[in-house]
Amino acid sequence: MQTKLQATPAPEARSAHRPGVVLSGVQRRFTAGRRREPVVALHGLDLAVEGEEVLGVVGPSGCGKSTLLELVAGLQEPDAGEVCVGGATADRRAACSYMPQRDLLLPWRDALGNAAIALECQGVGRREARRRAAPLFERFGLAQFERARPSELSGGMRQRVAFLRTLLPGRPVLALDEPFAALDAITRTGMQQWLADALASEPRTVVLVTHDIEEALFLADRVVVLSPRPGRVVAELDVPGERPRDRRAAVTDPELARLRELALEALG
Amino acid sequence: MRRVALVTLLLGALLGAWAWVSSLESVDDLLVASPGETARALAQDWDLLWSNALVTLREVLIGLAIAVVGGAGAAVAMHLSRVLREAAYPLLVASQAIPIVVLAPIFVLAFDYGIGPKVAIVALICFFPVTVNVLDGLRSVAPEQLTLMRSLGASRLRTLASVELPAALPAFFSGLRIAATVSVIGAVFGEWAGADDGLGRLVLLGNDQLQTPRVYAGVAILTAMAVALFCLASLAERLACPWNRDERPA
Repeated sequence: MQTKLQATPAPEARSAHRPGVVLSGVQRRFTAGRRREPVVALHGLDLAVEGEEVLGVVGPSGCGKSTLLELVAGLQEPDAGEVCVGGATADRRAACSYMPQRDLLLPWRDALGNAAIALECQGVGRREARRRAAPLFERFGLAQFERARPSELSGGMRQRVAFLRTLLPGRPVLALDEPFAALDAITRTGMQQWLADALASEPRTVVLVTHDIEEALFLADRVVVLSPRPGRVVAELDVPGERPRDRRAAVTDPELARLRELALEALG
Repeated sequence: MRRVALVTLLLGALLGAWAWVSSLESVDDLLVASPGETARALAQDWDLLWSNALVTLREVLIGLAIAVVGGAGAAVAMHLSRVLREAAYPLLVASQAIPIVVLAPIFVLAFDYGIGPKVAIVALICFFPVTVNVLDGLRSVAPEQLTLMRSLGASRLRTLASVELPAALPAFFSGLRIAATVSVIGAVFGEWAGADDGLGRLVLLGNDQLQTPRVYAGVAILTAMAVALFCLASLAERLACPWNRDERPA
């Protein structure tokens, strides 16, 4: 996979290949309704993600997790503080791929067309975009589903197509917003394994927001726990072991059990 | 199949009721023609009815085409420009409140006796359902979908072409179905205000000359025309948006 961008890596980055993400003193307020007090979603948030690191972000509902992702992806601007992707404040959107909670596949396009739209948005022709997307379908277990319409796909399959759409533009940073929240428990477990393998073969800098501590501990190198609104980092946990991890071993690992305890404690 | 049987059954019952009412002693023959008389008029006057039906159909189709192109275009423009939407929406609603019956003679004065005023009235009547439905369809796209397109680096035009316009297609066809059914009424109004030919004029003449069976035959053809246009719009929708069917619960 080619990276079109020449984003310079952050000075803090351990990996020379991919840029990291740095948030410093980030504040974000929303005004809901005309006369209401503004709601502070994030307040004085400091966070650094190194190149090719997978950072898991867990927190209670409404702690500003989604806001955090949209800030990283350049879809929102902070009211105070700074968000840097690859060492620059400018053009975060071009350096970052954003995957929303819902798969948002277009019902009138087949699976391949739904992934290919990511390239079409960059000015690639429809046929060429499909041609370039096709190899990913082979590699990530979606061969023979290229022409299926979203309504013919299972929830897990739809989520895979959505992930390929996120991967396809070749951007170095992925912002994933609870990608498996809508799936049933068994499908979710399978999809977590699939994502772990996918990230092993396509290493990226990842910010993964989830409400599932298990998921974060399985997929991430490091997990931060956010406080209820306004969101601040209240715990930071280094997860041992190389990715992709062995799920069965992870269940019995006493170290992971201890981290789980710590995370739950931090969540209150 | 079951649906066809049910429609046939209901239609049969209505025809029966009609035949019964028209056979009553107390009902004036000049007021109600029986189904048999109507069928006879249809057969006897077929050439006259058909040639006039073609005139009306032409007015309807041209008016509909103008309404579809203009209405969809106006909806897209109003969707893209908030200023335009806020300024034009009340006018759009007002245009629908104008009593067409009153407007028709003025159109005839303005455009003469030809096809012009009929087409203008059909277009005016059909413009509203098309515009409102397309506009609603364009705005039905989920905000997250638009955020996603923004994150993918899509231009405004790309989002419109790849997401919003396809999403608005089912709504467009809903508007077209409504427009198709009212279009025929519009053409008849236009012809009543002044015309040399057309089914609406024929019906009006028939009324004046107390040719009740012919009036009924004309109305039957006008109705059939509207139903046929409705069915054509539904068929076009099935062909154009196949995804819309499999998303609906069976």
